[in-house]
This record gives sequence, structure tokens and C-alpha cells, in this order.
Amino acid sequence: MTKKHLRFYGGVQPQESKIASGVAIVSAPLLATYVVPLQQHIGVPAKPVVAKGDKVLRGQLIGEAGGFISAAVHAPTSGIVKEIGSCLGPVGNQLPALILESDGEDQAAEPMSALDWPNASPDELRKRVAEAGIVGMGGAAFPSAVKLSPPQNKTIDTLILNGVECEPCLTADHRLMLERPEQVIIGARITARILGAKQVIIAIEANKPDAVALLQEKAAGTGVEVRSLQVRYPQGAEKQLIYSLTGRKVPSGGLPMDVGCVVQNVGTGAAICEAVCDGKPLYERVTTVTGTPLVAPGNWRFRVGTPYLEAIKLAGGVKTDPVKIISGGPMMGMAVYSLDIPILKNCSGILLLAADELRQYESTPCIRCGRCNDTCPMAMMPGILSVQIEKERFELAEQWHVLDCIECGCCAYGCPAGRPLVQLMGRAKAAVQAARKSRTAKKA
Amino acid sequence: MTETTVRLPDTSKLVVSSSPHFHDGSSVRKIMLLVIVALMPACLAGVLTFGPRALWVMLVCVVACMLVEAICTKLQGRTCTLGDGSAALTGLLLGMNLPVTTPAWMCVVGAIIAIGIGKMIYGGLGYNPFNPALVGRVALLMAFPTAMTTWVAPRSASSPLWAGVDSVTRATPLGTPWTGEQLFSTWELFIGRTGGSLGETCVPALVLGGLLLIALKIIRWQVPVCFIGTVAVITGIAHLAAPEQVAPPLLHIMSGGLMLGAFFMATDMVTTPLGRTGAVIFGVGCGVITAVIRLWGSYPEGVSFAILIMNAFTPLIDRYTAGKPFGVISHPGREVKL
Ligand code: SF4
Ligand code: SF4
Repeated sequence: MTKKHLRFYGGVQPQESKIASGVAIVSAPLLATYVVPLQQHIGVPAKPVVAKGDKVLRGQLIGEAGGFISAAVHAPTSGIVKEIGSCLGPVGNQLPALILESDGEDQAAEPMSALDWPNASPDELRKRVAEAGIVGMGGAAFPSAVKLSPPQNKTIDTLILNGVECEPCLTADHRLMLERPEQVIIGARITARILGAKQVIIAIEANKPDAVALLQEKAAGTGVEVRSLQVRYPQGAEKQLIYSLTGRKVPSGGLPMDVGCVVQNVGTGAAICEAVCDGKPLYERVTTVTGTPLVAPGNWRFRVGTPYLEAIKLAGGVKTDPVKIISGGPMMGMAVYSLDIPILKNCSGILLLAADELRQYESTPCIRCGRCNDTCPMAMMPGILSVQIEKERFELAEQWHVLDCIECGCCAYGCPAGRPLVQLMGRAKAAVQAARKSRTAKKA
Repeated sequence: MTETTVRLPDTSKLVVSSSPHFHDGSSVRKIMLLVIVALMPACLAGVLTFGPRALWVMLVCVVACMLVEAICTKLQGRTCTLGDGSAALTGLLLGMNLPVTTPAWMCVVGAIIAIGIGKMIYGGLGYNPFNPALVGRVALLMAFPTAMTTWVAPRSASSPLWAGVDSVTRATPLGTPWTGEQLFSTWELFIGRTGGSLGETCVPALVLGGLLLIALKIIRWQVPVCFIGTVAVITGIAHLAAPEQVAPPLLHIMSGGLMLGAFFMATDMVTTPLGRTGAVIFGVGCGVITAVIRLWGSYPEGVSFAILIMNAFTPLIDRYTAGKPFGVISHPGREVKL
């Protein structure tokens, strides 16, 4: 069953470099210490519910949601709370965190009751998603329970489970789909039940035919559709994915729910399945640790709070010195400068790049080649805008919908002048948002 | 494995910069070099047609342009930009647009105007509104009209390459009033055995280079197709209406600087519109102006003027053809100045 798909505007085809795609997921061994941030999601940090010196068990709630947009945090293993302080996050900011000293027993707390999901009410299921501290695991880390609570006036008819994994190098979602296909499918069905969505699609890029075939086989008769999509970055970006599958265009400044869709990462789906069927909260995830400098790239199931350094040790350390270490993939990930940063719920990959993979380029004036116009999936004009942004003409950038930039990096990827387009767009977005805030503040 | 044998990354050497961390490896220098490579067949044809002096003219222009750029960057206190290859390209294009008899000092004057006034005073590559090579060429045409329109005949095919050309001046297909009879055979026109600037006459060599650039996605096909097509259509209609006064369209598209202009000058990135729609408008505009100058203007040839005039419209075209961003229903693009 092949269905014709629409082709989203723009996009690029970077080298895939998915060298860890054949390496099965291994559970990472226990560590002596975990650094568990209380903010692993967009929104308000979680409030700690344990104190220094308390003994906690694996899966025990250690931080409760601190507001409407927030998420609970659970202990990754059993042990003693050594300290409640802070730690460095992937973006270079300080996060409130809890230092957990493992007792080596890995004793589990009493799990939450398993729910009989086909008969449980959507509210019950949604409550469970919140209790399990589930957030978007594809990168955004938006609290899932909030995403799954669309306002009354929005009907969601389509749920899309995103297994596209269009970022080069990353293979965590691919492995998860291959090794836990049932969890992904049941997670999709539970989510569809919460939303009342009739159409459920699992979207996978065509470069993972094994995952497509396996999921198609497992999903037969469940009403879940598995579709294979063209390999083109950023096929997995929400708005582009929705367009490819349904032809609907999310309006500027809008959300997928404005066109009746919700997009959720496959990893999140599997986590929801575990939370509902096994009563297991989200305290571990699959992360790809990869890159040519590593001795043994692979995919591991890490406890949340594992420092990057430990992950790199597991991958056998390095053969050559990396020049960049990235949290996430090469197109949208964050370069980090410390290996004390812990793996968070949304960390899909740790990528090491060698000197020869990196082009150290000088940025020169735009030569107006027009490539960025052609490759920007949001059909913006990053080149022209960047020149205006350099002149700090942010009002103009706002009128040109700079806020719609998804920071996918297609523009800068192909810019012959080596212009830092994403950085400039990001700068304009921040400035526009700040200006909007001060405007509304003045009005009030 | 014990911990001591595991080599860990040295964090003090890490680079932190904004995403994306991958790049496709393209660069301004690569683009310019590829355009130069694409011009090689036409340069070769120029040397074969007009003799070794053609090589000399192009060489003087290239070296002069690079020197002028080096001096300008020095005077402006900027880092030298010769490495991007654009000065060499401008020099080559300038040379190809001159008659083979152009004296060396005139080439140097052209280079100074092209690079100095056409490019560097605006701030260098990327900021120049007009195609620098054409600025140089048109300035020379204005200043030295006789030298710039003295065309010699191609060397005879039988004489050795180093023999140079006879100093017989020869008419160009466009320079001679149309009398209803073709001065050159279609074959002569096609392979460029006519009078003209040294790099503009050989149609197959120029098309070959142009196709290479289209295949490599360095230029948009819309520009040459619309440019040449428009000239063909307008001159075709005029020829049908007055076959006694207007040359047939085939002669028009194969002579003068049309092929060189359409593939290599109207496609200059910096001075032409960004998008596909803009490329179509630009190409058609160039075609219309060229045809009008050729048919009714006082100059026999109008490609250079046409491109320069359309260069001036580029910002306007960009503003009016700016598409809507994805998911935007109405946007104020037209009213917003870029
Ligand atoms: S890709 Fe770079 S050089 Fe080309 S138009 Fe965009 S910003 Fe300018
Ligand atoms: S980063 Fe923004 S401007 Fe650049 S291609 Fe992506 S959406 Fe377009």
C-alpha cells in the first residue's frame, strides 16, 4: 500500500551518517551518581518533594509539576538525595537539580496501577500521562499532558506519531521502533483515545524500510496506518510533516491543533504505553551516542540524569579528539562545552564531530545566490532578512514572520557565504518576542 | 575495559557555535571558479576565432581586475578578497566583452572602472547593484566608441593559430543594416566566425558552459530561456511584419552578446533577483529591452544596456515577487521595504 504524499517546500538532503542504526539498544549500567534536573521540559520547573538526605526508590516522585505547563520528575534509581542544587543544562543555562547518590540496589518503588486502556476514560489516561512526567521526547520537551488537552473548541481528528527521525546521525527512534514496535503502536492508540482522533498515522522516513515493514505488520488490523515518507530534511518538522501527510497547512503563528492534528514523537508514544500499561514513569530513554571520533557508537537506554561523560565512556571513549560535542542532531542540536551536562528526557542524541567533518568558515556578505530562499521549508527569505537583522531592523523581521522560523538550519546548511543565518533568525525572534511582551505590558 | 584505557574528549578544545553543525561545503570561491570553468569553452573559441591576441586581452583584464581589487581592499583597510575569485571572474567577463583589438591600457581603464566603480565603492562583492563587468564595458563603449566597435574578421581557418588576425575590419551581423540578405551563413553565425567581441560569438561553446551551470544549479534556467525567448519572439514578430527591414529571429539570437549575456551576465547572483519568479521577470525584461534597442535604438546592440537597466529594477522585482511564507494567509510583503 503506497500512498502518494505531498512534497513540502524547500528542504535539503544532508548526508545521513546514521552509523549506529544497526546497533541494538543496550541498557546502560548503573552509575554511582545521577544529576536529575527538575526542569527537563518547557514551562515551570518541578517542585522538589524530597529533602536532602531522604532515601528514594526508583520511579518515586521527586519533583511535582510546578504549574499548569510543567512536568513531574521521578528518581532514576534508588539511593540518597545528596543535594538539591543546580547543574549545567545543554543550552548552557543553570537548571535546578537534585543530586542522587545511588545505593546500587536499584530498588523499584511501588508502580502505579496498570490501566485497562481500551476501557479507561480519556481523562484517566491523560492524568496518568501527567503523573508519569511524560514530555515530548523528540526534542521540544513540551509536557505531553498539556499537549493532549486541546481546548474545547478544537477537534483533533488526526494523530501523527513521528518516527521520521530526519536528523542525520540519530538512530534512537529507529532502534526503538524496531525493538519495541508494540509499545509504539499501543502508545499511538492510547494517545488517539485521549484525543478522540479517528485517524492515526505513524510516519517514518523511507530510509528505514525495516521499521516501516515491521510496524506495518504489527499494526495490521489496529486501524493505525504506517506510512513511509520521502527522505528530505526536515521531513520530521511538525508543520512539514502535517503538510506531507494531510495537505493541511498550519497557519502562521498557529499550532498543529489549529488544523486538527497532534504530532507526537514515537519515543513519547512508547513512554505513554509504559506509563499506562505498566505504571512506569518516565525516568529512562533511548539515546544515540555517535560520531566518527567514538570507538563504539551505539544506542543506549540511559537513566535520566546520566552525565554525558558517562555516555561517552560507554561508547568506548574517543579515538580522535572531537571538535564539537552536540546535544541532539547535527542540524538542530546544541553544541556543548562541558560533559557534566546530564541526559534529559528530550535528549535524542549525543554527537561528536571530528575536525574534518566541520567546516570552520568565515562569514562573508550575502551574495544573493537565492539558495536559502529555495531551501527554507517555511518559504521565508533568510538571506535578505539576515541583512536587515544585522542592522537590527526587528520590526521588519516581525512583519516578515520571523517568528515562524523553525530554526531547522536548511538555510545556513547550504549558504556559500557561510552566513550564520539561524543565529541571526534566532536573535530576531528573541528581540521580537521581547518587544511583544513589553507592548502587551504597556497596554495592561 | 578498565577506566584508564578509555580516552576521553578534551573539553578545552571544543568549539561552541550555533546550529546547523553540518554544511554542504559550498563556498563563494567554488561558485566563482565553476563559472570561470564554464566560460572556458567560449574563451577557447575566442582564441581560435580571433587568434592569440584574444588571450592577451583576457589576461590583461583578469590581472588588472585582481590588482585593482587588491589595491582597493588595501586602501579600504579590509582583508583581501581576491580569494573569492569574483575579481578574476569579472576580469574574464570584461575581456570577453571587448574586441580583440582593444589596446592593453584600455583594458586596464575598463578594469579600474569595473572593479573600482562597479563594485568596490559599494562595499565589495554582495553590495554592488550593477554587474561590474558590464559597468566597465559600457563605460569603455561610451568613452571610446570607435575602438569599441572596430571589429576584425576572424582569422582564416587555414592560417596557423599564432598568425593572428588580418587587420581587415569586418562588419558584425547586427552592425550592418538588414537588407533582406544574410551577410553570414547560419553556420558561420552558429560557430561564431563573425565579427564581434572576442568571447561572445561562439554559440555552442557558450551554451555548453551555460548548461553546465544550470546542471550544477548555479544559475536558474529561467533567466537565459526567458531572455533569449523574448528576443526571439519580439524580433520574430517584427521580422514577419517587415521582412525587408528586420533580420530574422535566428540571426538575432545567435549574434551580438545575447548568448554570453543571457547565460553569464544576466545570471550574476548579486545583481539579479533572488527567486524563480523574479528570474522570469528579469529574463523577459532583459529580452524586451534588448529587442527594443536593437530594432529601434541608435545602438546596434543592446544586451549590456538591457542587463544594466534590469539590474536597477532588481530590488523592486524582489519586493514584488516575494512569496508568502508557509502558512501565512495575508502578509504585508509588498508594503515592506527590504
Ligand atoms: S544562501 Fe547565503 S549567500 Fe545565498 S542568498 Fe542566502 S544568505 Fe545570501
Ligand atoms: S532556520 Fe528558519 S529561516 Fe532557516 S531554513 Fe529553517 S525555517 Fe527557514
